[in-house]
Parts: sequence; structure tokens; C-alpha cells
Amino acid sequence: MTNVNTFRAGPDERGHFGPYGGRYVAETLMPLILEVEQAYNAAKADPAFRAEMDHYLAHYVGRPSPLYFAERLTDHLGGAKVYFKRDELNHTGAHKINNCLGQVMLARRMGKKRIIAETGAGQHGVATATIAALFGMSCSVYMGATDIERQKPNVFRMRLLGAEVVPVTSGAGTLKDAMNDALRAWVARVDDTFYCIGTVAGPHPYPAMVRDFQSVIGDEVRQQMQAAEGRLPDTLVACIGGGSNAMGLFYPFLDDPSVAMTAVEAAGHGIETGQHAASLTGGRLGVLHGNATYLLQDADGQIQEAHSISAGLDYPGIGPEHSWLHDMKRVTYVSATDAEALEAFQLCAKLEGILPALEPSHALAQVRKMAPGLPKDHLLVMNMCGRGDKDVFTVAGALGMDI
Amino acid sequence: MSQGRIARRFAALAREGRAGLVTFVTAGDPDASTGAAILARLPAAGADIIELGMPFSDPMADGPAVQAAGLRALAAGQTMIKTLALVRDFRSTEQDTPIVLMGYYNPVLQYGPERFCVDAAAAGVDGLIIVDLPPEEAEPLAVPAAAQGIDLIRLVAPTTPDARMPKVVNGASGFIYAVSITGVTGTASAAQEAVAELVARIRRHTDLPVAVGFGINTPAQAAVTAVVADAVVVGSAIVRQVERAVAGEGPAAADAVAGFVAELAAGVRSADRPAPLRAAAS
Ligand SMILES: Cc1ncc(COP(=O)(O)O)c(C=O)c1O
Repeated sequence: MTNVNTFRAGPDERGHFGPYGGRYVAETLMPLILEVEQAYNAAKADPAFRAEMDHYLAHYVGRPSPLYFAERLTDHLGGAKVYFKRDELNHTGAHKINNCLGQVMLARRMGKKRIIAETGAGQHGVATATIAALFGMSCSVYMGATDIERQKPNVFRMRLLGAEVVPVTSGAGTLKDAMNDALRAWVARVDDTFYCIGTVAGPHPYPAMVRDFQSVIGDEVRQQMQAAEGRLPDTLVACIGGGSNAMGLFYPFLDDPSVAMTAVEAAGHGIETGQHAASLTGGRLGVLHGNATYLLQDADGQIQEAHSISAGLDYPGIGPEHSWLHDMKRVTYVSATDAEALEAFQLCAKLEGILPALEPSHALAQVRKMAPGLPKDHLLVMNMCGRGDKDVFTVAGALGMDI
Repeated sequence: MSQGRIARRFAALAREGRAGLVTFVTAGDPDASTGAAILARLPAAGADIIELGMPFSDPMADGPAVQAAGLRALAAGQTMIKTLALVRDFRSTEQDTPIVLMGYYNPVLQYGPERFCVDAAAAGVDGLIIVDLPPEEAEPLAVPAAAQGIDLIRLVAPTTPDARMPKVVNGASGFIYAVSITGVTGTASAAQEAVAELVARIRRHTDLPVAVGFGINTPAQAAVTAVVADAVVVGSAIVRQVERAVAGEGPAAADAVAGFVAELAAGVRSADRPAPLRAAAS
């Protein structure tokens, strides 16, 4: 990162964003990861790869996703003009598929026959299983036993798509444990297997590669906002689990100083309770899952379990590029609680006729806080990165209703 | 600089014309006092070098047995400070058997790499194996370790291509840890020919002793591996002795471990080795 005038030059050749990122993996995996990097660099430079991806994005995923002016919500909040980037309308119902398409195409190009993935909420697992089915590749998804219990519909969807769902009982049986077991499984079958990571985390080149595949979100917003309002947006808002939908929205705008960015972590029961998933707000620099980044951990460096009502945000880390953007103060990182997300979920359903996933409900909770204080000509874009159908059981449970 | 314990031990093994036995146990498994009792028994039972696991919540290169050992230790309250104290206590009665701490980078990073190396050296630690710290990221630990005379052990895997070998072994000290399988600890076992080939490949790039580990579970496997290696590492199979004792099966943990280590040592010493594999590391 020699050019001090850009926020878009990272990572360096060793995968570092300042002190974050890198490649902290066992030697067994190191040569593979170097191979993924080489293959990705070659694919990136190949116009045929880009063209095939654009084809599937348009005709299979359903891109571009609309940029929608949420008029009733805007009136209700009485301030900034609120737009939704509607990535919940993608095939499989979230932004995850943008990245899965890219990675599975890369795996195929590398001659791999088998895809593995970790999943928390099941959205990345479903998207991976979907693309694996599309390309006729075998697929195993590692999912924590606890998450399998609370995300049954997605487990069944993955099985219908022909994927094997491998229950993970190590640790607390949630997303971080699923990622451990996926890494273990990868080490054991390095020859034929490609690991499709679901967010902007993991060893280099994953954080940069996933960001690149998700940047279609921000690239489209730039064009769509130009068409709608004739200018750039003023503020971008997105939720953060590992940070892939946020990076995808933010990255194309990082060097536009007039565009402010706010990312929303999950505060669970509240930061002060210790039961949350806000790695930047409540964590510190550490090393896990192949990268250095902010992590929830105790004084002895043991990683702590995260908590969020949203299984997709329930991760004790955050992508390394976010840690760097936080330190650079280019992006503002805030948090929203389970309760705030639930309220935003219900408000959006009633005002806009959209059931947001619980993940972007956290972003919406932040929009509710900030939009009223902004002028009426302020253009705010929130990433509606997933639809809420998968969450209706969780929401019913939280509201004390029986369905 | 005077030779450290690891170099002295390999020199002695070379003089004896046999391979060494490296035993892995997790610090504080199943609890602090039993863990200390187990550790104290290892040298007499036949361990030539002791690998002591530093428990970590997310041991991504370990199989079920070592994972469970780490969780038992953490549940019993093991911390990095207690692990270093365990080494210090061991050293008050045992001056010859090298101790290599093995684990993951995050607990070391939180302790502070410099302070960690100072305290570890003072406690009597001789080497470090940090599984998720490849040479590319190792500098922040390698520099203070070298300053304290602690060997930062490098790992070579079957997947490590020849072209990468110099990157891994250049600047290494102590010994080279050859990971015999592509997999996590305590799962599959490698074919003997594959191990021999990996060791031969490593020896083309370094004069350091080569220890072979991952997937060696029985005295017979240890004996076979000892034909080609300078040392044989056994971990999961030893840790399973602790697991069985905790479950109330078989003898008490320290007795079970000591008995099994004695069998492994006999296996290693029975290996029918060709002429000296190489001169002791200078
Ligand atoms: C709809 C949705 N949004 C957000 C996330 C969080 O991931 P990220 O922060 O990488 O976008 C998930 C993860 O499962 C998700 O399903």
C-alpha cells in the first residue's frame, strides 16, 4: 500500500492490510493457498472468466438487483432519502451467491471436483450447494450442530440441492467451529477439494477475493444512483458478520471522500453484557482462521463464543480489511442489539412490504437511528443483503408467538 | 554459543545410533496436578524430547483426541502462565530432557511474543512449534525466540513442494518437524514409503535432524518410522491414554501414559536402522 491517497490498494503481496490479514495456516495448507492465489490472479486477468461470470450473474443470479427508493420508510423517518440495494432478490435470497459463483467457477478452473464450505445461518451453505449443483460438483457443508437445530429449513434445502451437511459438534457447535472443521477437512483432502469461504475472512487471498466478487453490489449502486439522482450517494450502511456484504457495497466508493460509510455489528443482548458479536467494538487484535484481525477473546487469547439473534452475524471475528478501515477511520463501526434488529424487522415488513433477514435488520436499526437527523436531500443506501423468510421461526420465537 | 538441550539430545541419540522418541501431552490435561504428574514420569518412561501442548480454543490442525485434551485442560483452568509454571517445576528436578511447547499463535500473541520468549526461556523451554505460523509470518516470534536461545521449529508437509523447501528450512533451528500425512493429528497413518520419501526430500535441503509425526499410533508404527527418522513423534495415542483414564477405564492417567510411553520407547529402540543416518547436527 504505497499510494497513500487510496484506500483501495490493499492488500500487499503477502495479504496484509496494515497489521491485519496475512496467512496464518498450517504448512500443509500453505502450498494450496498459494495455488488458490495464483489461480485467482490468472482468472482475474482472463476476460473469458469475467464474461462467464457476468453471464451467470445476469441470467442465473438475476443481477443487477434493483436500487429501490423506500419512500414510506423515508417519510416515516423524516430525514435522509433511504434507498435499499435489494440483494435479497438474488437467487437463493442473499448476497452470498455473488461470491459462491466466483469461487466455484475458480474451483472448476483449477480442476477441483469437490467443494466444501462452512455455514452459520445456512445462507452461504445454500448458495454454495446451489452453484455446486449448477456445475455438477460434489459439495459438503460444515455446519455447527447448534445452528443445524435453529436453521432447519436451510439444512433441508442444502440436502435437496444434493449437498452433504456435516454436523460439527466441536466447541459450541456454531460458525467458528464449523470453520475449524472445514479447514480440518480441507487439510485431509487437499488434492480434489476447494474450500469456498463465505465471507471476507480467512488466509490471503480469500479476504480480497471475496471482496472482489461482492463488489458487484457497490459497482451497481454507483451506476444506479447516477441514473436515479445524477450523483453519488452520501451515506452507505451495511451489517457485518464477517463483513462481505459491507465490503461489496463499500469497496467501490472507498476513494470517494464525499461518501460516508457506516457498518453495523451485532450487539446481541448488549455490548455491556458480554453476549454479543461486535468484534471491533468489543474485541482486540488476534489471529484466527488464517488471518490477523479484531477478535472476541479472553485475556489468555482463547476465542470467545459470539452471540447474536442472527446466526449470520454470530461470528467472533471480522474481515481484516474492516479492521484496517476501522483504524484508518474510513468507515464508522457501530452496533445494534437483538431487540433493535427485531423492531426494525417488523417496521420494514409493515412499511415496505419487505421481510428483511435478521442480518440487514441490524443495518436498518442503524438507519432508523441516523436518518431522522440527516437533511432530506441526503442520499442513504442500505444493503438489503438477505430476505427474512429463513428467520420467521426465530422472529416468532423472540416475539413469543407460536407458528 | 553453547549447545542447547535439543542439539545435545540429538547429538547423544546419534552417538547411540538410534532415533529419539518425542512424546506429546497437553499441559494441564486433565487437570493441573495430574498433568504435572504425567509430565514428571515421561523421561524415565523413555521420552527423549517432550512436546507440551498449549491448549487453545480453536485448534484447527488437530483431530478429536488433541482437541478434547485441550478442552479438558481449559475447563480445568489451564492458562499460559500455568503452562510456563509447569515447565519451571519440571525443570527443578529434570535438566536434560528438552521441552518444546506446541500450540497456536493467538495465545502467544496475546501474551506478547517478546515477553513470552523471555518467560519461556527462564522457565526452561527449549523450543516452540506454532502450527499456524508459517515462515512468511514468523518474524515477530522468530526474532525474540532466537534472542532467548529458543528454537522455533519449522514444519514440512507432504504438500510442501521442493521449490518451497528452502523457504521453510533456511534459518530453521533445533530440528525439522515432518508432518507425515495430509490431515489433522491422530487420524490416518502414512505409508512407510511416503514417509521415507518425505524425509529424504527434507534431507536434501537441510542437515538438521528430522522428526516425523502425525498419525503414529502404535509401538510398531513408531519402530518402522524410527528406521528413517531421527525422531518419532507420538501425540494423539498418548493423549487417548489420558482420555481413557478420565473415563474411568484402565489405570490412572500417569501410570497409563508412562506404561504406553515405555512401549513406544521400546518400539523406537528396536528399529533396525542402517548405518548412521547422518552426523549429529553441529
Ligand atoms: C443475509 C445475510 N447477511 C449478512 C450475513 C453476514 O455475512 P457478511 O458480513 O459476510 O455479509 C449473512 C451470513 O450468513 C447473511 O446470510
